[in-house]
Amino acid sequence: MTARHLFSGNNALAEGAIQAGCDAYFGYPITPQNEVPEYFARRMAEEGRVFVQSESELAAISMVMGAAATGMRAMTSSSSPGISLMQEGISYLSGCGLPAVIANVVRAGPGLGGIGPGQCDYFQAVKGGGHGDYHLHVLAPATVQETFDFMFLAFDLAFKYRNPVLILTDGLLGQMMEPLEIREPSHLRIPGVSFERASWALTGAQDRPGRHFKSLHLDTHVLEEHNRALQRKFAAMAADVRFDTHKADDAAYLFVAYGISARICRAAVDTMRSQGIAAGLLRPITLWPYPIQWLRDRTPWLKKVMAVELSHGQMIEDVERAVAGQCPVSFFGRTGGCVMTAEELVEAAVKEFDL
Amino acid sequence: MTYTRPESLKQAVTHYCAGCGHGVAHRLICEVIDELGIRGRTLAVAPVGCAVFAYDYFDFDVTEAAHGRAPAVATGMKRCNPSSVVFTYQGDGDLAAIGAGEIVNAANRGELISVFFINNATYGMTGGQMAPTTLVGQKTPTSPLGRLPAREGWPMKVVEMLSQLDGTAYAERCALDTPAHIRAARAAIRRSFDCQLAGRGFSIVELLSACPVGWGTSPAEAVRLVAGEMTATFPLGVFKGSASPPTA
Repeated sequence: MTARHLFSGNNALAEGAIQAGCDAYFGYPITPQNEVPEYFARRMAEEGRVFVQSESELAAISMVMGAAATGMRAMTSSSSPGISLMQEGISYLSGCGLPAVIANVVRAGPGLGGIGPGQCDYFQAVKGGGHGDYHLHVLAPATVQETFDFMFLAFDLAFKYRNPVLILTDGLLGQMMEPLEIREPSHLRIPGVSFERASWALTGAQDRPGRHFKSLHLDTHVLEEHNRALQRKFAAMAADVRFDTHKADDAAYLFVAYGISARICRAAVDTMRSQGIAAGLLRPITLWPYPIQWLRDRTPWLKKVMAVELSHGQMIEDVERAVAGQCPVSFFGRTGGCVMTAEELVEAAVKEFDL
Repeated sequence: MTYTRPESLKQAVTHYCAGCGHGVAHRLICEVIDELGIRGRTLAVAPVGCAVFAYDYFDFDVTEAAHGRAPAVATGMKRCNPSSVVFTYQGDGDLAAIGAGEIVNAANRGELISVFFINNATYGMTGGQMAPTTLVGQKTPTSPLGRLPAREGWPMKVVEMLSQLDGTAYAERCALDTPAHIRAARAAIRRSFDCQLAGRGFSIVELLSACPVGWGTSPAEAVRLVAGEMTATFPLGVFKGSASPPTA
């Protein structure tokens, strides 16, 4: 039996990356994710790998780009305001076709906001974030174990498609401690992903012509063709939809929530089931691509749907896109770093669902 | 005398304007890379600016970087690949304005990279606007009355500033105006690579360079401006480290 350790979400994120083979971490302090760079600073030295505390998030994502261009498994982490600063670099990474992992331990916004948990960066994460037409795989863990496990999946996806992958957690999931099994999550690994770099990366032009990475194409037709090629890649990426459900098979009333909110919804579902209400939960694990099809297929059997988020309503737009007007969609959210209780949610659901 | 193209320089017609210093700077860097036999382990970072297409001319591994971030990209490359030889090639807008944070901190960390800094006192690519290095009194589309220190600040002296940092091992300013100065610039580029190969620390070579189109002058007049007004504001010389070749 694998030993279990008590880990915070932030430390699990870092250890997961290290176990997944992360060669280099670059980051800048910001609450509530400081445990990530602190953990990396100690462990990367032990492992003989690269850790650099950057002068800014702009520099951190650029250091990631430099490492990624040489074919390394590189990552950074930050929290909301810092992730905003990284958007330029993320767009370049995607435009250049470079693999990288970025973790956003989301805090309440906008602006400097607060240091409590939030899910208010959903739009930024899944609808582009930076400039230009691009997409990222966005993974939303809901437990400390998943935070660890998803780092393997993140590097697999990044290298399979040579595109950045975003991990979206939050200040609560990052700070809370849960039992963690440190072992390879073989059930999540993508078969056949290669981490070799000699065939494509900047490894030095010994006995071959120089290579380069660029996103700049001043010829309009060339750039359009570059965009078409990227879109073909994003279409292939969109096939990899992941989600989880809880008592959803016969549910008439469906909560849709991800990350920490999904855990609270799960408790609310169980309470409502004990009261004889046919409640269920859809928990998207990939926020991009979103489980549109599953939700659309379920809609004829649903009476009402409620999107639950630590925001004033962002993911709900994807829920509405899936449901396409065939079922009423309501919303419950808290912001500012406040987190709903399961009781609060049950009360709101009973009212919204006219039960 | 036979003129041969360095192996590290592609056979290509550049997009640079007549009288521009970039072509000379590219050639000098490639000559030194060939001389040192390091082409196979050289990794370069191109800037945003006129040299954005440097990868079309350098025949070794090159990546682009977001505007100003080249020293951070180079940091990521070098830290992951310590046996590589890494350099950034940056203009004055890229390095001294939007990338001021990255260059200062890369130097302060003593990153084992070389920085080749083209100072032509203007933003060439976007149309000759004012740069941090624009001379006092110089008229540009964004300083149409001439740069007035009380309004637009002073020309930024980058190598003097970076030479104050403990991480900087070597800092020199050269000019690309005369054959003698161009030979001196080549020697400075060699010293910068030597500094990196010896693991002594961060190094930077600033190259005063003409931008006739950006300045609205003839190529000949632009070279005279480098030798005159530019050199008066930006004195040539070694500001950190030794001009003599390393003995190690």
